Amino acid sequence: MEWREEGVVLGVRRHGETSVIAELMTRSRGRHLGLVRGGRSKAMRPVLQPGNSVMAHWRARLDEHMGAFALEPVASRAGGLMESTVGLHGVQLAASHLRLLAERDPHPRLYDGLIVLIENLNADRLTAGELMLRFELAVLEELGFGLDLARCAASGTKEDLVYVSPKSGRAVSREPGEPYHDKLLALPAFLTDTDRAADGETLRTGFTLTRYFLSRHVYEPRGLDEPHSRTSFISAACASG
Amino acid sequence: MAKSIAGPEIERLIQLLAKLPGLGPRSARRAALHLVKKREPILRPLTAAMADALEKVGECSVCGNIDTSDPCTICRDPARDQSVVVVVEDVSDLWALERAKALNAAYHVLGGVLSPLEGIGPEDLTIRQLVERVSKGEVKELVIAVNATVEGQTTAHYLMDQLEGLDVRATRLAHGVPVGGELDYLDEGTLSAAMRSRTAL
Repeated sequence: MEWREEGVVLGVRRHGETSVIAELMTRSRGRHLGLVRGGRSKAMRPVLQPGNSVMAHWRARLDEHMGAFALEPVASRAGGLMESTVGLHGVQLAASHLRLLAERDPHPRLYDGLIVLIENLNADRLTAGELMLRFELAVLEELGFGLDLARCAASGTKEDLVYVSPKSGRAVSREPGEPYHDKLLALPAFLTDTDRAADGETLRTGFTLTRYFLSRHVYEPRGLDEPHSRTSFISAACASG
Repeated sequence: MAKSIAGPEIERLIQLLAKLPGLGPRSARRAALHLVKKREPILRPLTAAMADALEKVGECSVCGNIDTSDPCTICRDPARDQSVVVVVEDVSDLWALERAKALNAAYHVLGGVLSPLEGIGPEDLTIRQLVERVSKGEVKELVIAVNATVEGQTTAHYLMDQLEGLDVRATRLAHGVPVGGELDYLDEGTLSAAMRSRTAL
């Protein structure tokens, strides 16, 4: 069995003294693991940094085997990501989110989102924060817990959507939501109106929204803690000044 | 199951040697044979040295280095500038910096780096002990000498978050072209880091 495809390095785990098990995100084969012989060599260590793109050639005797990768560098982003707190925590957080997906389950939308996200993690912190928030919404959707932010669950209107129901994950507009505003989650305007720009405060509101649904549907049922990189990323991306 | 070719004592010695880094079953067998053959000049002193190490070597309660005394020789050295602390991932990094005689300072061994894939979180490292050490007010500068990897640098940034509000200057090692390195063979990340950190000639 073999295939060849480009992938993004999510992380590596030591295997023996000279090899590593690399975790890649590919477009058509999802999150895929494989042994990289000599992965701890001086030549391979810079290539196997999270955020880098590689051309992977995977081989195994049977499809269900973990198999081995032969990797060639395509794009080295890790050096640039290491220059900023947002970049470093961002790439680790994106990898943590992708680890929630089943192995070898293709998620082309998330792969495309990942490329856009890591290419822009060093752009400016608010852009990086907004992209990460949209990435989290996409992860929730791919896991089957997507939020419906297109129209109000009560009135059907597309205007003035300011709340999200914690039960249904559907948007609620201001007027029908007002009596229950202390029970509803706040919906930042930039998520429904592309003309509105995100700032530190609205970004935090957005991350509180996704945290609620990630905890309820993903972390708590699986007995996982929220990754520390999420807290660090939010602090860095939403910092004032 | 493979047939045993030696007594259980030798087989056990081979199995234990095979657990050492750099040794597989075949090289462990060679090493065991060599030890048994050189009983007096090597095996006996090695046994005594290992028993001594087991008895006396421990972790320094101040910096996490390994030594036969606690605090370790480095922490007790009055000639060292104890107000400068070099933070390293592992004892092997401390030894590498000491070999280079790079800085006459104290150290702090983190015991690894944050690694979600290997399940290493902040509570598995000695970050809390470092923050406590800095809080005492005697440390003026922290040199974060972790590896230039995404995991190493994430740990450095996490550490800086934990040290926020404390009166300490934090520096990190430069990233760039190694001595003897040829530009043609360097990865783009190292090259761009080196270009960004260029200095006046």
